[in-house]
Amino acid sequence: MKAETQPDPAREPAIEFRHASYRLPDGRELLRDVNLTVGRGETLVLLGRSGAGKTTALKLINRLLDPSAGEVRVEGRSTLAWDPIALRRHVGYVIQETGLFPHFTVEQNISLVPRLERWPEERTRARVQELLALVGLDHAEFLKRYPHQLSGGQRQRVGVARALAADPPILLMDEPFGELDPLTRDEVQGEFQALQKRLGKTIVIVTHHVDEALLLATRIGLMDAGRLAASYSPKEFRAATDPVAAAYVAHIRMHEKSREDE
Amino acid sequence: MSLINFFLRHQGEIAEATLEHIWLVGAAMLLAIAIGVPLGVIVTRKPWLSKPILGSANIAETIPSLALFGFLLPVPWLGDRADRLAITALTLYALLPIIRNTAAGIAGVDPAVREAARGMGMTQRQILFQVELPLSLSTVLAGVRVATVLTIGIATIAAAVGAGGLGEFIFRGLAMVNDQLILAGAIPAAILALGADFILSVFERRLRPAR
Repeated sequence: MKAETQPDPAREPAIEFRHASYRLPDGRELLRDVNLTVGRGETLVLLGRSGAGKTTALKLINRLLDPSAGEVRVEGRSTLAWDPIALRRHVGYVIQETGLFPHFTVEQNISLVPRLERWPEERTRARVQELLALVGLDHAEFLKRYPHQLSGGQRQRVGVARALAADPPILLMDEPFGELDPLTRDEVQGEFQALQKRLGKTIVIVTHHVDEALLLATRIGLMDAGRLAASYSPKEFRAATDPVAAAYVAHIRMHEKSREDE
Repeated sequence: MSLINFFLRHQGEIAEATLEHIWLVGAAMLLAIAIGVPLGVIVTRKPWLSKPILGSANIAETIPSLALFGFLLPVPWLGDRADRLAITALTLYALLPIIRNTAAGIAGVDPAVREAARGMGMTQRQILFQVELPLSLSTVLAGVRVATVLTIGIATIAAAVGAGGLGEFIFRGLAMVNDQLILAGAIPAAILALGADFILSVFERRLRPAR
């Protein structure tokens, strides 16, 4: 065990779960003794069924929830030692498409965190323009639109742009492509993969889609009933023998086969 | 025919009473909004205060209006001036719909939107003023509309304590068994209520968040 003197943030892992548990006030345990390290620039995908504790784990990172036992460390500091507001502005957050503010235009949605951080107006405007280009939306066309005037895929892109606005080193994504139709989904995932390579951020994605995990992950954390069952590289995952991973792999095989049959 | 003549002959008085009426209702509504919206916010923030706040507002609502004006008469500062007393009573009546709708509007904000706001690092205060209140504006305004229509009606009773307004004609008409006088109070009051209802419903529709 290393002494806890002055952690050097640059050498610390971006995110670290140490025996982290989360229990509801009524005593139900949603997350049990999770140990996990996410290195800088890694993309961890938490994969598992509904109710496996994926979203709970994600919310422990930006302190939307506090662990009831153990700790979660972000850049070497326990989330409890962070000011929650500062932590959340340091960590981008993308939730399912419903999370855009319906009374804000695309511009206002994206510029939210810069405005909260009181950036000069010029810089904010330039940043919004840059981000729209980054996620492939035409600046002039979309700037003044409201979320209800966008398609699902466009909303998703705005959500990603909003989370990236203040250039946070860490990005959390909860079922980011969950409500898209399969074709749009493929498209947005592909774009995101390119973006991921360019930005080099530390990313944690929650999903129950195994193909998404294999496409985007540098590591896959398999969650089951509140526990981290195992953690694999995508390659190891395809060869894994534990029953949950094997079931997912069998599911992919079946799909690949039916695609070949067509 | 004779009614129209009656109105034309007394147009000055009727206009004056209508303005008094608008002043009573307007002042009461501004006070009720200033008190009711913060109370509605408190109801959503501190569940243990929700019963006492909504309960008291409910009780105020059930007191017969004539009796409420009577109860307030002996209260030291309030009883000194009739309009002061009338505005206080009307404010009490207007509170319940405003508190209830503010609380309902905030409770109706999409949880995903609130969560996104928290996740972006907005403070509780920023979430309230930039997200929750703007998104519940149309619901709050619906409460204001109900309260306004209600107080325009109740304000006619303010004449019983000498606060003036359109109730003057109604009480005088009742005493003199003069239908024309009663209508000189009732018709403008009804028009006021309908007009306020219409104008506020236009605003309410404009402010409704698009889906």
